[in-house]
Amino acid sequence: MSHRLRLNPIACEAHGMCAELLPERITLDEWGYPVLDEEPLSGAVLDHARRAAQACPTFALLVERERERSRT
Amino acid sequence: MSRSFPTAESSTAGFSTAGFSTADDATRAYVQAPEPADSAGADSLPRLLRGVPAAGDVLDIERHLDVHGELPHERKRKRRSASELIEQVERAGLRGRGGAGFPTGAKLRAVAAQRSRPIVVVNAAEGEPASDKDRVLCQLAPHLILDGAVATAHALGAHEAIVGVCESSEGVETLARAIEERGSADDVRIELATVPGGYVAGQESALIAHLNGAPALPTFTPPMPFEQGVRRRPTMLSNAETFANIALIARHGPDWFRALGTADQPGSALVTLSGPLTAPAVYEIEFGTSLRALIDAAGGLRAPVRAVLLGGYAGAWVDGGLLADLALSDAQLARHGASLGSGVVTLLSAEACPVAETARVTRWMAGESAGQCGPCVHGLGALAGTISELAAGVAGHDAEQRVDTLAQLVRRRGACGHPDGAVRFALSAIEVFRDEFADHARHGACERCSAAAELPLPEHPRAQPHMDSRPRARASSRRRSRTRSGERAVR
Amino acid sequence: MIAPLAVVGGSAYWYLTRSTGIVGLLLLTLAVALGVVDVRRWSTPRWPRFALDTLHRNVSLLAMAFLGVHVLTSVLDSFAPISIVDAVVPFLGSYRPFWLGLGALSLDMLLAVTISSLLRRRIGYTGWRAIHWLTYASWPIALLHSFGTGTDVKAGWLLALSILCLLVVLAAVLARAISGWPQHLRARGAALGAAGAFSLFLLLWLPDGPLGSEWARRSGTPAKLLGHSAKAKTKKGAAR
Repeated sequence: MSHRLRLNPIACEAHGMCAELLPERITLDEWGYPVLDEEPLSGAVLDHARRAAQACPTFALLVERERERSRT
Repeated sequence: MSRSFPTAESSTAGFSTAGFSTADDATRAYVQAPEPADSAGADSLPRLLRGVPAAGDVLDIERHLDVHGELPHERKRKRRSASELIEQVERAGLRGRGGAGFPTGAKLRAVAAQRSRPIVVVNAAEGEPASDKDRVLCQLAPHLILDGAVATAHALGAHEAIVGVCESSEGVETLARAIEERGSADDVRIELATVPGGYVAGQESALIAHLNGAPALPTFTPPMPFEQGVRRRPTMLSNAETFANIALIARHGPDWFRALGTADQPGSALVTLSGPLTAPAVYEIEFGTSLRALIDAAGGLRAPVRAVLLGGYAGAWVDGGLLADLALSDAQLARHGASLGSGVVTLLSAEACPVAETARVTRWMAGESAGQCGPCVHGLGALAGTISELAAGVAGHDAEQRVDTLAQLVRRRGACGHPDGAVRFALSAIEVFRDEFADHARHGACERCSAAAELPLPEHPRAQPHMDSRPRARASSRRRSRTRSGERAVR
Repeated sequence: MIAPLAVVGGSAYWYLTRSTGIVGLLLLTLAVALGVVDVRRWSTPRWPRFALDTLHRNVSLLAMAFLGVHVLTSVLDSFAPISIVDAVVPFLGSYRPFWLGLGALSLDMLLAVTISSLLRRRIGYTGWRAIHWLTYASWPIALLHSFGTGTDVKAGWLLALSILCLLVVLAAVLARAISGWPQHLRARGAALGAAGAFSLFLLLWLPDGPLGSEWARRSGTPAKLLGHSAKAKTKKGAAR
């Protein structure tokens, strides 16, 4: 069961704490918004990812279990 | 957002598409496209626009029933998924006509599989300025749309159907009257809801948000509309033309539906054809029709064509030299990097300046951002700024590189597909109009830049979107959007 | 000088109340300042935002801990008649009801902020943010409470500390109001106006108020305690 990072771009206000806490998977673009690496998360990186998601002031960063996402 | 397209009658006057007058003449829609070579009577066109008199009057309920016959009523079944209509739509291979082209049968199945009672929403908002087909359909054949909504509601066990239409559209009246004419005969409550103008207001989740009393802006999904939409109910939301097709499938069955079109894209479609033509208007065509045939049906060209834009302002350009090769189906257009989208076919004459047009539209698209997602607001603003600089000849030598970077930065980072569409449009313009862009980069504005604009845009642009002005988290090297051309960059 | 805390009984509570109250005010001031810095997204390579954010949360919780002891010891202290109810329901008590009540009011606000922060995921970002604004109100109320009820208010060192706290918070409000000016003009204008008015009020009120004569009586200390307080102090002093 793997997990992935996902961002709610509407909630995101470019606080940037996620990039500080998970530099392995998140970088900030020129406007301060996070660019996510879509690779699956596991192990230590997953823990860091969870911490980063908790630190997000607006709850924009999500750590989600893999699921079938259909785009209607 | 009121705009008028030149009609067959007024086509003698050259048309300016930059500032559309808020004329109250009903723009006439037009039927009849090229008869397919092997047409066989009842299977042929017109279908959606059948029975519409040349004068462009609305089909009231009596004439509608004369033309199309009664809508068959489906027997109520215990399990929604066992609905006959859903099966028919699946076999017919109908795809959504709102631009995304999602298989309608699959959507119906997904909604039917939900536990709570669904609700049907007809999207006639039509935020795309170059598209007129939904308005025309609402004005001329509202009952066909409503039939489709009702049949869908019955199939899904829904008790309610809402029709969302742009508040300034002429379709509001005709739909309201049509709903009145039907009374309570349908056993489904049909409600008309007006939607504010704006490009993103017609986006699926934005429309649902509006119907839920929130601003008409896209929302973060999941949950997807088919799971939770209006009033948290599973929502079957599709384009008005899709519902009209459902109404036809309910009457004539999937085999009839498939008698026209291609295997991948069966059936007929409404296309909004505009540009230097004798009779630019909305036409109904069979999928796979050649563009050449459509142009002939529209009375032929009045000026040479530099390029054709397919799919509206989220679509792609194809060089005018390839005009003769183009067939109007996604499979065919894919070879040229384009798709039909919501059926918008816009020809750009050789008299216009494609660079200026691109800059205009890109600026407009940036302004239409909902303003909710940083990458979209900042990225499209920067993109519009860079393209404007290119048009004015004041861009830096790395401008193209900048455009590519921005395109990468913006794709898939918004809550909806708006930034992706704008980027697609801009990139394809730069590709197809390579020579003109190079020319402008070196010499600045050309003499055609000041000619009347051709690509249609609404008259009154909304205020530029901006995000909360709190300082952003500092990335290591921040670049400010270049505004040397004086173009106000959207923050 | 402050007697060692080994002193038994009531006076230990009294000293604890005073000291934890002062430290609580300092921590609250620091928490407000850090909160503003967070909003302004200030950070350095050695102090990344998540660190400042964590610091803000920890300082706030520490402040609440100190305030908890402050409230508890003031209730336990036998000298002044403060009940546990007076600690959270303002203005009902018999000991300096108004000034003590301000403390209770501030505490109520801070409890709301703390609880909402702990339940942040439940109430959502916008709800949490709305409640968090109370911190800007809770601080001046706490300061007034300390001036009104504080035993040590006339001491120079405490006055200096209080003014320092005031300056820090004024700087924070200024920084917050300027950020992104001129958006939300009315709210920012009102905030700056309120900050200015508050400072002016203190300037005018302090000399004739808590720093003036007979403040204990004027602020509502019960009569039977008035004569005692001077004697109680000298008694304790003499007992060492």
